[in-house]
This record gives sequence, C-alpha cells and structure tokens, in this order.
Amino acid sequence: MTEGSILTDDFLRELINVGEVDILIGVPTYNHAGTVGQVVQAIRTGLLKYFPRQRSVIINADGGSKDATQELVRAASISDLQHGPSLHALRTLHSISTQYPGGPANGAALHTVLAAAELLRATTCVVISPDSTNIEPEWLESLLRPVSRDGIDLVLPLYRRNKFDGLLVRNLVYPMTRALYCKRVREPYPAEFAFSGRLGGYFLGQEIWSQEVARAGAEIYMTISAIAGNFRLAQSFLGTKTRVDHVPADLVPAMRQTVGVLFWSLEQNFSIWSAHPDSQPIPTIGAEHEVSLDPIRVNRKRLHQMFVHGVAELEPVLESILSAPTLAELQSAASVAEEDFRYSNELWVRTVYEFAASHHKSVISRDHIVQALVPLYRGKTHTFLLENQDASADEVESNVEALCLAFERLKPYLLEKWDGRK
Amino acid sequence: MSEWQKFVSELTQATHEIVRSIAQFLPRLIWTLIIVLIGWVVAYILKSILRSILRLVRFDKLSEHAGAAQLLKKAALPSFSELLSRFVFWVAWIGFILIGVSVLGIVGMQEHVARFFGFLPRLFAALFVFFFGLLASSFFSRAALLAAVNADLPSPRLISSTIRTLIIVFSVSMGFEELGLAEHTVLVAFSIVFGSLMLGLALAFGLGGRDLARRFLERRFVHEKKEEKEDELSPL
Repeated sequence: MTEGSILTDDFLRELINVGEVDILIGVPTYNHAGTVGQVVQAIRTGLLKYFPRQRSVIINADGGSKDATQELVRAASISDLQHGPSLHALRTLHSISTQYPGGPANGAALHTVLAAAELLRATTCVVISPDSTNIEPEWLESLLRPVSRDGIDLVLPLYRRNKFDGLLVRNLVYPMTRALYCKRVREPYPAEFAFSGRLGGYFLGQEIWSQEVARAGAEIYMTISAIAGNFRLAQSFLGTKTRVDHVPADLVPAMRQTVGVLFWSLEQNFSIWSAHPDSQPIPTIGAEHEVSLDPIRVNRKRLHQMFVHGVAELEPVLESILSAPTLAELQSAASVAEEDFRYSNELWVRTVYEFAASHHKSVISRDHIVQALVPLYRGKTHTFLLENQDASADEVESNVEALCLAFERLKPYLLEKWDGRK
Repeated sequence: MSEWQKFVSELTQATHEIVRSIAQFLPRLIWTLIIVLIGWVVAYILKSILRSILRLVRFDKLSEHAGAAQLLKKAALPSFSELLSRFVFWVAWIGFILIGVSVLGIVGMQEHVARFFGFLPRLFAALFVFFFGLLASSFFSRAALLAAVNADLPSPRLISSTIRTLIIVFSVSMGFEELGLAEHTVLVAFSIVFGSLMLGLALAFGLGGRDLARRFLERRFVHEKKEEKEDELSPL
C-alpha cells in the first residue's frame, strides 16, 4: 500500500494545516471511547509539562470505531485542559483523528502514524496505547527524552507487572528475541514506544505494509527491524502496566502477533541472527525490572488438561513439526500426573527451536505451525506458575534469566535444525 | 487349359496378391514401428523433463502436505512426482502407438484414436480435481483439528476426519463426473453419503447425545464465562 493511499484527502488537508512539528504522538484506537479521553488528557498534560516549547500533534489512527472514540479525540483542545497553574501552552497543540481503511489492525494504524510523521517531518514520535489508563504525564518524558536529548532511535518501555502477567513474552518472546538478536529487550512487543524521525522513515520504507505479518504484529517487527538495522535502542521504565479487561485472553491471535512474526523474521534476518554470539544489554533508564506479587486466580489444572489433550490430539501434526526424540519426551511428560508434571527449560527451548525450523521449512502451513504451539505453551505456563507460585520478585527474575540462558546456550541447536542437518 | 495349369495360375495370382499386399503393408508397418520408437523417445524425454520440473518445484513436498504421499506409501507405490511422470510417459507413448496403428489403415481405428485424444483433457482435469481435493482435505481437516484443540472442544479428531472424508468424497465424485464414469451413480452415492452423514449427526447429537449437547452448550455459553473470570492470565 502506498503512502498516498493510506492518507485520505481530508486527513492530508488537516496535516497540511498543522505544518511541520517536532513531536508526533500516535494513538491507535478501535472502540476505545471508555479510555481514550483519559489517555489523551494525560498526553496533553505531559506535553505541556515537559515539552511546552515543542510543536506537537496528536494523531489518532482509528480502525472504524462504532462508539464515540474519534469524537472524543477531536474534541480534545488546549482550552479545555484542566492543568495546573504552572502549565502554560506556548504552542497550539493539534489533535487529528482519521480512519484508516481495511478495518482494525495495529499495523495499519502504525503505518498511518508513520506516514503522517514523515509528512510533518516530526523528529520525535511516540505511540501510546489507548488501553493504558494509568498513564502518567511522566511517561511521555521517559519515552521522548532519550530520543530528543540522547539521540536514541527506539525507546521501548519497561513496566512493573504482576509476576504472572505477560507470560508469553516472559517464556518465549523475550528469551528467544534476546538469544537470537542478541539485545536484551524486555518488551519486544511494546504497547508504548518512542522513535526518531530517522527510524520512522526507515520503517516506512520497508516493503511489509501490505503483508499480513505487518497487519498483525507490526510492533515486534519494528523492534526486530531496528535491531537488525543497527539503530540505537534503549528501554525506559514507565510504571505499572494495567491489566486490560476487554482484551480477550485468546492465545491464538496473541501467538500469531508475536511468535508468528518472530519466526517469520528469522528467515528475513538469517545472516544477522546466525552470526551474532552472546546477548548484550541495552541502555536502560530507571529500574530494569519490577515485579508485583499480587495474587492472581489461575486454573492450573485446566492448563495441564489442555496440554495433555493437545499433545494427544495433535500427534499427527506434531509428528511433522518436531523431531522424534522431542515428541517422545513431550508425550512422556504428558503422561505423568499433574502434580509431577514439569516442562523443563531445555525441552521447551528445543520445542520452540524445532517449531521455528519447521516454520522456516514450511513443513505444513505456517499458520498451523504457530497454532500447534498453543497447547505446548500452556504446558510451559503450567510449569512456570508452579515453579513461581511462592517465588519472590528476585526468584522470578532468576528463573526467567535461567530460561534466557537456555535459549542462548541452545542457539546452535536451532542452526543445526535450520540447515536440516541431524 | 488343364486343371493343373488352372491351379498353378490361381496360386501364382494369389501369391502375387499376397506379395503385393505385403509390399503395400510393409512400409506402413515400418512407419508404425518408427512412430512407436519416436513416441517412446518423446515420451521418455517428456517424463524426464516433467520429473525435473516436479523436483524443482518440490512437488513431493506438496503431495506430502496434501496427504497423498502417505496414501501412496500405504499402497506401496512410488512418490507422487514419479507416478505422475510415469503416467505422462505412458499417456504420451500410448498416444504415439495409436497414431502408429492408425497409419496401418485398419478400419475404425481412426475413430478410436480421436476418442482417446478427446478423453485426455478430461483425464487430466479429473486428476487435477482429485489432487487439489486431497490438498484441500488435508489443509481444512488440520485447521479444524487445531481450532478444536485450541478451543478445547470434545472429539477434535472426529471433527477433523469428518471434514477430511467429506472433502475427499466430494472431490472424488467431482473427478468421476469429469471422467463421465457412472455420473448418476456417483452423484446419487454422494448425495446418500452426505445426506445420511448429516442426518446421522443430527440424530446422534439431538437424541443420542442430548446430555453431551447440553454440556457442550453450557460449557460454551455459561461455564466458559465463569472460567474466564477465574482465569486472570494475560499472555502479552
């Protein structure tokens, strides 16, 4: 899709009226009337407080909301802001809302934001999730300052999260990205992130925007693309990440958006990930990791049942993806009682790497390969919950680190499987 | 003229006729043999080219995905690309043999040759339908299996194999229809199989599996909401 086709005539006119800006804030929405007002309010306060002299614009890229999301964003103007006496608007803050074609998709929203950023020659851009109802004005400073002051190209967030939140990221996406792309990025699939105009232009020039992979998992693609393109990365601590109640806990789309794109990226960047040795930390502003220990209700028994059921029922599918020893180990693990069941780090890493290699070889439909990983991930989640049931924040961190090291240690195993050698 | 002379004259005439016939037939026979020989060479070249192309496009992998490779393995047959190459070889060679035979000038042969060549496109279309039917059945049955397992539905393999069977039966009946073989029988058989399957499922689900249906619906619409509330895990 060309840049011209994603920007409608009305949207283009509004952008031309705005003129050049220093900061562009992108807010992708779809039926977010309940939260977007609060988020936009915090963004405006943050801009007034920390960037009063900069020319700024809020771009709301909407996927066709049926509620009043767009009206709420459009209504946002500098005059109705309930700011304190110390906050003064030195510049007009523009707020534009547009509807991109093709229905709700994060990738299309991001594409719209990138195209607008290039047109307005924004030097610093930030994307804020409309679900982040606990956003503080300080988040903007934490994300934007490293770009505008330190010349960082991509600033990724760090959150204080419950120890059992974001388990797909902790057990697969973070360790695998870290092991293969050699950068310790804690949130490779960010909800909030800031980037330089230079990196924005680079993303926009990529030929992936018409592909399904960009529609589904543009955020992780951007992280990987920035690493592969040797851009400067940093991560900045923001605060507590709130739980989003209306987001379905359906694992299949989550797996497609993250693991599917990660697997896909391995093929594009083989020369990069196959050459790098060990992982390196990236500059971190604030705490690197904070874990809250509030109890969470989880039906662990059901997770185990779904794992056992999945291994048994998907045997013909798993046979074409996994090697015979790995499948035998999985079947043996699935045959023990719930209380004795453990999905070891080593077996999990081998499983994931064999899935990645099979995805590369397209042994069956690639989407089916990603879907077949879901029941196995449930088994790993069960073990993670069990092992960290009474763990302190440090113990949880040390367990995650052990898994990351297993992913790094077994990287040659992926290379071996990738080439098809036994 | 004596009887003996008459006999010798007729015998000589008959011999001349036979010799003339053989003299007329021999070049045609030689032409036939040449055509058959050229046909063999052409068919062999075609087979080799096709085999190379199929290897290049990894056709065996495609047939493996379609589930055709497993079927062939069970029947102790060679790979699908080998089978297709051999098929093309024989079709091409038989075509040349028939052309060669028609050169002999046997009465009615031309019609059979024309019919054979007229039948070839339909044969290829039927094979095409059957192969892509296998491919579709494999893809959709696997998709159904994965969806059913991930949604924690009961009997995922039953759902998957039902879909596979239906698509295979459908593609086979379409293939036979294309070939013009027992069109009505196949159509009626398909209707009976499909209809009885649906009726059987309806009866089994409605009468035999009333409890299962109730439990299933409850789990989907009542129990699942409760579990969603209980389960507070967020993957991302």
